[in-house]
Amino acid sequence: MDFNDTPEEAEYRAKARAWLEANAPKREDHVRGEEPTMAESKAWQAKKAAAGYSCITWPKEWGGPGGTSWQSQIFAQEEAKYPVPGNPFTIGLGMCVPTIMTAGSEADKVRFVGPALRGEEIWCQLFSEPSGGSDAAAARTRAVRAPDGSGDWIINGQKVWTSGAQYSDFGILLLRTDPDVPKHKGLTMFWVDMKDPAIEVRPIHQMSGGSGFNEVYFTDLRVKDSQRIGPVGDGWRVSIVTLMNERNAIGGGSSYHRQVMQLADGISTLAGSGIKDAALREKIADWYVQAEGLKYTRLRTQTALSRGQTPGPEASIGKVVTAPLMQDVANTALELEDQFGIISDPKYAPLQAMFQATLMSAPGMRIAGGTDEILRNIIAERVLGLPQDVRLDKDVAFKDIPTGR
Amino acid sequence: MNFDFSDDQKFLKSEARKFLDAHCSTATVRGVLDNVDRSYDEPLWKAVAAQGWMGTAIPEEHGGLGLGRMELCVIAEELGRALAPIPFASTVYGLAEAVLIAGSPAQKSALLPRIAAGELIGALATSEGPGVVSAGSIKASVADGKLTGEKLPVTDGDVAGVAVVLAKEAGQVNAYLVDLTGAGVTRETLQTLDPSRGAARLTFKGAAAERLGGAGEGLDIIEQVLNRMAVLLAFEQVGGADRALEMAKDYALNRYAFGRPIGSYQAIKHKLADMYVKNELARSNAYFGAWALDTDAPELPLAAASARVSACEASWYAAKENLQTHGGIGFTWEMDCHLFYRRAQQLGLVAGGAKQWKERLVTQLERRNAA
Repeated sequence: MDFNDTPEEAEYRAKARAWLEANAPKREDHVRGEEPTMAESKAWQAKKAAAGYSCITWPKEWGGPGGTSWQSQIFAQEEAKYPVPGNPFTIGLGMCVPTIMTAGSEADKVRFVGPALRGEEIWCQLFSEPSGGSDAAAARTRAVRAPDGSGDWIINGQKVWTSGAQYSDFGILLLRTDPDVPKHKGLTMFWVDMKDPAIEVRPIHQMSGGSGFNEVYFTDLRVKDSQRIGPVGDGWRVSIVTLMNERNAIGGGSSYHRQVMQLADGISTLAGSGIKDAALREKIADWYVQAEGLKYTRLRTQTALSRGQTPGPEASIGKVVTAPLMQDVANTALELEDQFGIISDPKYAPLQAMFQATLMSAPGMRIAGGTDEILRNIIAERVLGLPQDVRLDKDVAFKDIPTGR
Repeated sequence: MNFDFSDDQKFLKSEARKFLDAHCSTATVRGVLDNVDRSYDEPLWKAVAAQGWMGTAIPEEHGGLGLGRMELCVIAEELGRALAPIPFASTVYGLAEAVLIAGSPAQKSALLPRIAAGELIGALATSEGPGVVSAGSIKASVADGKLTGEKLPVTDGDVAGVAVVLAKEAGQVNAYLVDLTGAGVTRETLQTLDPSRGAARLTFKGAAAERLGGAGEGLDIIEQVLNRMAVLLAFEQVGGADRALEMAKDYALNRYAFGRPIGSYQAIKHKLADMYVKNELARSNAYFGAWALDTDAPELPLAAASARVSACEASWYAAKENLQTHGGIGFTWEMDCHLFYRRAQQLGLVAGGAKQWKERLVTQLERRNAA
């Protein structure tokens, strides 16, 4: 066990630092609150790809630098020190394209991997539906063969909670191809061109005020059979690859203990300075050990990866810890601000209202990419080997499954 | 970077598990628990000594194996898993570490070889009453090399040969080595929450005391010992918590209610998932602590506090919810759940409770933020 860089890792880190110093935007040039544009994001991604810092672990045959998971980790640590533009590529590079690389055709791999890696094309993931959130396999959006014998498929239905659909070029889509077999067996995965006029994207107004997610409607969208990812009826198995990557991607984040301490230091309570409040100090310690525990769990996973072992569902613990933690941090920080805590205007609220913003985004974190409850089921079933709950929809043709409202 | 134990360390761990499976079943633990006259399992202690475990981190020049603290962590996890009813922590993480930190060459050569050989049991005698040990809480005093006062509870104080005792002399808090078999020492065995481990009230009336470390360094030495103990105990706690989770899982798979295994109900699944998450976080924090301990990194105080806080949380949660998962049978003397419930408390308090360690942790964070 060694928490320091090996000489090779130190050399890689030094190179990455030098490259970032020469190429990344500087902290002092960054204006707080100013959203980076899509053009800036794409330019930064292209720059990284040209220098071998995009998708570091991807093999050379697909345009990646064929690096190690440690190099990827090191670059991410160093990149985080710079105010680089937002990253609209995470879903594509973390979920959609790996799904194509795992289950797609050779032609699709050749067509899509390179442009995605260079930030030229953006992807979204279309799984959730109004009638099936946690139960993603209950998808009702239909794909039927075109009656003209061309082998094409005609798609009708609606997806929901699609991040980035408004600016995506392509999407991977989980569809019902056979309602006469049990639900997991009648699904098939496709990729679609999001610019097709048969697709309508409508933003969802979130409780946090933003609109990062969308509803996506499909009306007689025609796709080629060659857009299928994996065999007909195998969509659920294909989607598992995507969802596992999603949970890993959402699992990051910090405990904000430093910001809470900064806040508490300047605030009075009846017991004196906020930072002297014993209850708060206990909470800070609790948050800290959870965040540190996650950090080192992630590094243990990295070690397993670097030894050629596959990280299993235990990677699910990241989000199940972080999301409720952030909600608790925000709520505690607002209590500390006392009456002032209701102000969400960054002009007046401490730390540019970061805790007010976190309070309003935390419920989404606890739901997106598998709710707290679903993740506990996954840990219990796939890690601990406990039995599935009773399933009333098992061995029942999808069309005969009771649906509520 | 590499965040796992080496193959050699993993081999040591699997050998330790095999050894303890063969020599320390829960029947062994009950042999001490159910017998008021026994405060540890002497045959197990001797067998462990024959394996050389007491000397794992003691340098070869003092009769030890001269391996690192990392190897000791691996053994600690297995001892915790087996609920080993022996004075290992007091002797090896307590007395031996105190002597390694502050002992004179003469003290080292007198004590370390005996510890490594399993011939000497040690104890830490710091507490005199409820609450945290501090300069203000210490009444025991030394004058002309003679110690007067009392200490309780002293884990393994009823069987230890030598204790590290905190006492005052000329207004300063010092650490002393005291031969508990000598004149002026009386011991009263205490009834405790975990009778599979021994504890005593020690009364000193002019007992010979030899200072360990410099004058006024007593609290500092103990703090250094506790930082090391916190990491090692965290491994014992993680070992116990993992086994409690395994027990809960096995029971949930085999116990049926309302026509199906109770492990298929989400109320039980989510409870066990939470146990798993806490155990993994505690394990990861303990690993970082192990690294900081083994390399004597400047991060040790913060890493030790993190390992301690995380392990206390995991072991307490696993112990109480394992019992809960078992339902009524879990509340019986015959079922092993209470062994873990008792040990979780014993380990959670013996080197200072989580509440105080949280305070230490935040103090360390404040120092780091200020730097």
